[in-house]
Formats: sequence, structure tokens, C-alpha cells
Amino acid sequence: MSSMRSPASAKAGAERTRAEWQLRLYVAGNTARSAAALENLKTLCETHLAGRYSIEVVDLLLNPQLAAGDQILAVPTLVRKMPEPMRKIIGDLSSQERVLVGLDLRPVPRE
Amino acid sequence: MPAAKNRPNGPTLALHKAATGIDGLDEITEGGLPRGRPTLVCGASGCGKTMLAAEFLIRGATQFDEPGVFMMFEETADELSANMASLGFDLPKLQRQKKIALDYVRVERSEIEETGEYDLEGLFIRLGHAIAAIGAKRVVLDTVEALFAGVPNHAILRAELRRLFRWLKDKGVTAVVTGERGENSLTRYGLEQYVADCVILLDHRIADQVSTRRLRIVKYRGSSHGTNEYPFVIGSHGLSVMPITSLRLEHQVTKERVSTGIDGLDEMLGGLGPYRGSSVLVSGAPGTGKSTIAAKFADAACGRGERALLFAYEESQGQLIRNMRSVGVELLRWVQEGLLQIHATRPTLQGLEQHLLRMYDLVREFRPAVVVVDPISNLSLNTSEANGKAMLMRLIDFLKTQRTTAILTSQTIETAIPLADSDVGVSSLMDSWLLLSNVAYNGERTRTLQVLKSRGMAHSNRVREFVFSDKGVELVDVYLSGDRVLTGTARMAQAAQEMAASELRNQDHQLRLRGLQHRRAAVDAQIAALNAVEDERREEVELSIARERFASEGLAARTRAIAGANRKPREKARSKRSEP
Repeated sequence: MSSMRSPASAKAGAERTRAEWQLRLYVAGNTARSAAALENLKTLCETHLAGRYSIEVVDLLLNPQLAAGDQILAVPTLVRKMPEPMRKIIGDLSSQERVLVGLDLRPVPRE
Repeated sequence: MPAAKNRPNGPTLALHKAATGIDGLDEITEGGLPRGRPTLVCGASGCGKTMLAAEFLIRGATQFDEPGVFMMFEETADELSANMASLGFDLPKLQRQKKIALDYVRVERSEIEETGEYDLEGLFIRLGHAIAAIGAKRVVLDTVEALFAGVPNHAILRAELRRLFRWLKDKGVTAVVTGERGENSLTRYGLEQYVADCVILLDHRIADQVSTRRLRIVKYRGSSHGTNEYPFVIGSHGLSVMPITSLRLEHQVTKERVSTGIDGLDEMLGGLGPYRGSSVLVSGAPGTGKSTIAAKFADAACGRGERALLFAYEESQGQLIRNMRSVGVELLRWVQEGLLQIHATRPTLQGLEQHLLRMYDLVREFRPAVVVVDPISNLSLNTSEANGKAMLMRLIDFLKTQRTTAILTSQTIETAIPLADSDVGVSSLMDSWLLLSNVAYNGERTRTLQVLKSRGMAHSNRVREFVFSDKGVELVDVYLSGDRVLTGTARMAQAAQEMAASELRNQDHQLRLRGLQHRRAAVDAQIAALNAVEDERREEVELSIARERFASEGLAARTRAIAGANRKPREKARSKRSEP
């Protein structure tokens, strides 16, 4: 299914299929923007969803047919596959608050 | 008009064009849309943008072997397929044949959160993938403006749209981009800034409760084009634009004549009836018998084994058949034999364009020799005069190119000069014009018929009376008495009077002939009598002559006898007597 397994997903989601949070990041090629988006996403997940998430990165240049499935227009697009309902966040995910809002994720209270 | 100068696919054009295959559109655009460039089709909702775009794509795939991608932002692929199926286009089949690719792009604002920078590369990739998959030459984006609702950052979107249209050009695909009509601009989001090569504006207007769709080419860079507003309709076979000026007066003419089915009328029309492929206008006030003449014409055509198509805008098929039967015109058998088709609709059912399109379709399908429209005045009722005339002109031209004889009836108002303005306008388009009028005199009303004009034949200048009976329709000569035309009872009285007079004259003649005969006989008798007298006289003369001759001969004989008896004794005496 996915083309490019990120190191993060391999690391974090030992049981990826059963992960509570299944995220998919659509990018188009290895651009600075997609790299930034992935970096931002990883940071956020480690902070708030440690051990409960999986990230799948889809490069549309390699798999253009996958764009239609999740109705991808903009890149980068982060798709929250699980938990339902599906949510989409477009952009390089530079604003952490907005990503959290977009994912409908309550931040882990800081100690 | 520019549209009349070049035909589609005519002489080589500087700009390469992609024919749309849409009826009439290629004529207006002189060949189609600019090849390899995007064209903007804009208009208010419901004016047929999607239809035009889809037909462009489908015809491209089926007629010009140019596969196409339909990227839709508003309808789903299934909805579009269902919509197009109603026009007889099988999208799923074309999809299976890899001639058309459908891609539904769903833009749901509520699902999208925006953080940071992005671009619409996803859209490009999708489109690029679809184009590559089927080798598309044509692309439709319907309606790309939906992105404005879905993509929060309009600055990015605009930049991306500009890039998109550039990208489409680079790909060399002929694209149709649809856009919703804006308040003060062609499109709500100003798409015309990006698509500058060709802009087509569609419009949906309601005039007198009848809607008419119109199409105008606002701009066509690098090409001449028809600049008018052209009505168009979405018929059962897709879109049809009707360019007024595209038809030229160059139809084939024939010397062949067709009978009207009414002997007297044929006689008035140069003795043979109108020419095949000509148009005949029958105008008259209500109840003058227009429909009957028209039906008779159709009946005559069917009787010759030709097909006839009758458009009735006042009566239903059943009513028409029943009513015509009452004057001895039996239409039902022709309907059953498939020679006659009757299409009865209310004129207000659709706009005039729609009606005409339906006529076109039916005429093309059925290929009749005779088309009857009864009445044409009801059709043009719905629309402004100029428009109606233009439409009618197209219909007549169309029928002429099909070599179809047209009988159009027109209702007029009963006045001293029973002509409607519309008639006068329309009549110039017609080859023959029959005027039916009612003559009311002496407490009764009778129908008269005259030929006002008939091009290309010596036609009667007389007014004839037009009589219905259960045996049919016939034309009888009217009587001219003093300065008045006699019709109806007056005509019959006059006829009876003349009949009586001629009877008398006849008797007189016979009397005189008999007198002459008698005199001749008398003379002959006299001659005979005289002859008899003369004969008698001659006989008497001959008798007396005979008698005299006989007497003289008797005397001579006796003399000789006496002389012989006395020869010996009297020899001396005789010689004595003979030699003194």
C-alpha cells in the first residue's frame, strides 16, 4: 500500500495496523516542504501520541493513482485515517496548534 | 457574417482548432475550440456549462479519436454518467474503452485544516496521471471554481490556477474550464484572467415565461468568430447551437411538382401544384379551413406513398383524425401504415428553439416528403417577432435543404384585409401563399381561397370558393355579378338562374331548328311537286312525239305496201309516173 515507509512509523508503530492513530502523509517528491512536513509531524506525534500512532508516507510522484483515493489536491496533506472520521490537514504542518486542532487531538498536559 | 464565410473544417486556419462536434458550435467558432489551449465556458447555474463541456469531451472521444479526461468538482462520476445517459451518451462504456477518464475531486472545506505552506501539486498529479493513462487530448475541469470554497488560501489557489492553465497548455491538451457567472465579471472568481484564449458565455433567459438558452463567444484570441448571441437547446441528442447565418441559400431546386390533393387548388397553382421542396403558407382567419387544406396535403402525399410529418399545435392526434374524417380525409390508415406521423404538442410546452430542434430531429429521423406545421403562428406566439422570423427562416431553409415540401398554416385576425403583420413578415420566406377568407354576405358566411403568390409558376388570380362536404374538399368557381363576387347561396341562386335561362334558350334554339327543318321539308316537298309536274310534262311530250313518229312510220309503211302490191300491173304506170 504505502510506498515509502518512514523510519518513524517503523519505530513507533510496532503494531502499526492496530495503532490507535493512523496517519498518512501525502507528498510529491522529496521537496524541502515535504521533508519539513514529515519532520513537524514526527515531532508532534512523539510529543502527544507517543506509542499510539503510525505514519505512512505516500509519494504521489511515485504512486499518482493513490491521490484520488483520499481526494488529495494539495501537498503536503496529512490524513487522519483513524480514529474516524477522516480529517485532512494541508500544508507543511508548521503550526503545531493548528495541527492539533485539525487532528482533533487534546494535547498531553505538560508536567 | 463571419460564420457564413467559412465552413467547419474549411480552408486551413492559422490557428489549429479542435472540433467540438456540437451542432452549430463549430460553425460559429469556425472550426472549434483553440487546440492545445484552455477555453473558459461560463454562465449562471443551470445554463448548460457541464453539458457543453461533457459533449465536447464525448464527441472528441467518439468522433475525433481524442480521448479526454473529465475532472469534476461538483458532481460525482455516477451523477454525470446518469445525466449524460439521458442524452444517449454511454460514459461508463467509454470509460471501459479507455476513451474517457472521469475523476471526481471532492472538496470539503469542513474536512480541511490548513497549516503552513502547500501547493496543489496533488491536483496536477491526479490530472497528469489521468491524462497519461488514456493518452488524453482533451480535458474538462468542471467547475474549477469549487476549489475556492475548499482551499482556504486564495492567494495560493490563484497562483496554482495560473500554473495549472500554463501546465495544461504545455501538455498540449485542449481544455474546457467551466466557471460560474459572477455579479460584475464573467466568472465569480475572475477565471477569465487566467484563461484568455477563448471565452464562451452561456445564458439562460426567461422571456414571457419561456426559457431560452443563448450562447455567445465573448472572445476568441487569434480567430474570427460569430459575435452574435445564438440560441441553443439541449435536446435528446445533446447540445444544438443554431447559427442563423450559417445556412446559405444554395439548396438544390427541382422542377418536380407535387399535388396538394385538391384538384381545384392544383389548377390554381399553375395546374400542377407547388414545387417539391417549396414552402407554402396558408393563412386565414379562424374557421377558414387552413387545417383541412394542410391535412389534405399530407393525405395526398401519403396517397402517393410518400411520408408526411404533421405538427399539430392546436389539436391532439385523435381529435385531428376525427375532424378530418368528417370532411372525408382519412388519416388514420396512413398513421397505421407508418406513412404519417402526427406530433401534437402545446406551443407553450417549450421555447421555440426547443420546438424547432424537435422538428429538426424528427425530420432527420423520419425523412418525410411533406411537413405540415399547423399553425406556425402559435409557435411564434411565444417569442418576439424578430426572433420568431429568424427561427422560421431557419426552419424553412432547413426543410428546403432536405427537399421537403412544407405547408405552414398561419392564423390571422378577421379584418377587411385579413392579413397579420407576422404573415407579411413571414410571407417573404415562402414560395407560395394561399389566403383563405370568410365572405359574409346576405346572412351567410362562405369560405374563399385565393393564391396571393406562387413563385415560378403561372398561378390563378381568381378567387375561388372553397366548399367542405363529407366527401371532401373542393374548389368551385365563384360567380362575378356586377362588381361583386357571388358565393354560397347567392352563387347557387345565380347558378340556378343561369341554368333556367339557358334552359329557355335551349328550347328556343330547338324550336328554331325545328322550324328550319320544317321549312326545309316544305321546300323539299315543293321541289318534289315541281319535279313531278315537270316529269309529267316531259312524259306527255315524249308520248306525243312517240305517237307522231309512230303515225308517220305507219303511213310510210302503208304507202310501200300499196306500192309493192301494184308493181306488175302498174310498172308502166309507175315508170310513167316516175319520169315526168
